[in-house]
Amino acid sequence: MKKLINAVDNVVREQLQGMAVAHPDLVKVQIDPHYVVRADAPVKGKVALVSGGGSGHEPMHGGFVGMGMLDGACPGEVFTSPTPDQMYECAKAVDGGAGVLFIVKNYTGDVLNFETAAELAHADGIKVQSILIDDDVAVKDSLYTAGRRGVGTTVLAEKIVGAAAEAGYNLTQCADLCRKVNSYGRSMGMALTSCTVPAAGKPTFSLGDNEVEIGIGIHGEPGQRRMEMKTADEITEMMALEIITDKAYTRTVREWDNDQGVWVDVELVDEPLKAGDQVIAFVNSMGGTPVSELYAIYRKLAEVCQSHGITIARNLIGPYITSLEMQGCSITLLKADEEILRFWDAPVKTPGLRWGV
Amino acid sequence: MSVTREQIVTWLEKTAVVLDANKQYLTDLDAAIGDADHGINMTRGFTKVMEKLPTVTDKDIGNILKTVGMTLISSVGGASGPLYGTFYMRAGTAVAAKEELSNEDLAAMLQAGVDGIVQRGRAELEDKTMIDAWFPAMVALKTAVDNGDTITGALQKTVAAAEQGMKATIPLKARKGRASYLGDRSIGHQDPGATSTHLILNALLETVQEGN
Repeated sequence: MKKLINAVDNVVREQLQGMAVAHPDLVKVQIDPHYVVRADAPVKGKVALVSGGGSGHEPMHGGFVGMGMLDGACPGEVFTSPTPDQMYECAKAVDGGAGVLFIVKNYTGDVLNFETAAELAHADGIKVQSILIDDDVAVKDSLYTAGRRGVGTTVLAEKIVGAAAEAGYNLTQCADLCRKVNSYGRSMGMALTSCTVPAAGKPTFSLGDNEVEIGIGIHGEPGQRRMEMKTADEITEMMALEIITDKAYTRTVREWDNDQGVWVDVELVDEPLKAGDQVIAFVNSMGGTPVSELYAIYRKLAEVCQSHGITIARNLIGPYITSLEMQGCSITLLKADEEILRFWDAPVKTPGLRWGV
Repeated sequence: MSVTREQIVTWLEKTAVVLDANKQYLTDLDAAIGDADHGINMTRGFTKVMEKLPTVTDKDIGNILKTVGMTLISSVGGASGPLYGTFYMRAGTAVAAKEELSNEDLAAMLQAGVDGIVQRGRAELEDKTMIDAWFPAMVALKTAVDNGDTITGALQKTVAAAEQGMKATIPLKARKGRASYLGDRSIGHQDPGATSTHLILNALLETVQEGN
């Protein structure tokens, strides 16, 4: 393992300390338990957005804390969910009286820890709602798996719902919008190389020189299948078609009923994309793939979308939800209506995403 | 024959030692079908437990176990943090205020803990999770206690059932947790959670055997 680290045990802490020094105007960093909140938290009367997950996906989530996006982020150890005490402390620190929305990527660890945190916050009188992001079309069925993973749509949801909260949406409206964004978003990822978790010291999986892993998540876990290396155009087309031709997706998720203080099962259906839809297209690097390659992918993606009657209204290209130094990319297409585009265009000022200010 | 508070403390100390000794093994199992951190996370959690333990060793068994549960929930992360944390919390609640455990108490404690894991994780038998080790172990302990076995005899059957359940995860296709995304590729690998469960129960057996 060759990495720019001082000590394996300090990787997460030192990164947070660096953020604190780099962006004191944007964020405040708390160590033990670890969380990042916007510099002016709590914002009185505004719904607060809190997300979190394992570290190693930077700039997500800590880099998206600030005006127009997240109020708080809870980083766990590398690729390991944060813990409920962190999330609870973070929720307390950002609650401005209008309640807290947890945006949770669908991974068993994240889900179980955020569920415990929601119960803790509720017991403390904080209004809480929790929305799952599960947009990874590489996972086909939800009955015999833990369901689709939360990947690229998470970044878009944090931006869009963050702007809505800034514009005065209440907690229920923010939750409804977040659920809609998740339902409209679909992603697919692939890896050219594995990545090395510092504490493990060796790559999580191995890939041959001529192999790629298709349908990966964002934790260096093995993917859906392995195949021979192909050209950028072929891989882009394959991933884009998996997204565009993905059928309706039905699953049961647990949502928190804040009035009753219980978890309720909700059946959700994501309708497929269709000709005439306009989308936000997000081409993401897993960390090790350069932006130049992302543009080559975007070029082909635009062509495939056009040939299916799908209009790209906005785009985001770059490393935003990564897997350490992994080479690879993901594509996200988010069906965009007027409400989504309006909040996408709204100002945002965070360490990782900034425009309109 | 009963399990004393001192033995419960010894069990937790042994658990920390055995998880640390198997840190790489558990992490390697997890690398095959998960995200390569199970041994690292469990070791981090039980290191914290060892820091906390001296402050509660004079408390009752319920209190000790609940402290372990809270410590794991706030230090492990991942799925195993809330699952193992819930186990010790519920186990502690089931034996609240007790200074020693009868065989029946021990069976009730295990059952309460396993019920907690099932409620939190919503896994069923043969989903290829830690439940595949916990559930048969719980049934074996209850049956042995009902039949009037000695504590050592009952725990031998408990650990044997956990080991069998752990090994039975090898041919299974995962339906819960991160391994479920692999589909058929999860077949042929032993579940890391079921493996740590077996280690934890075996540490209890060893503790009781040493006491004889």
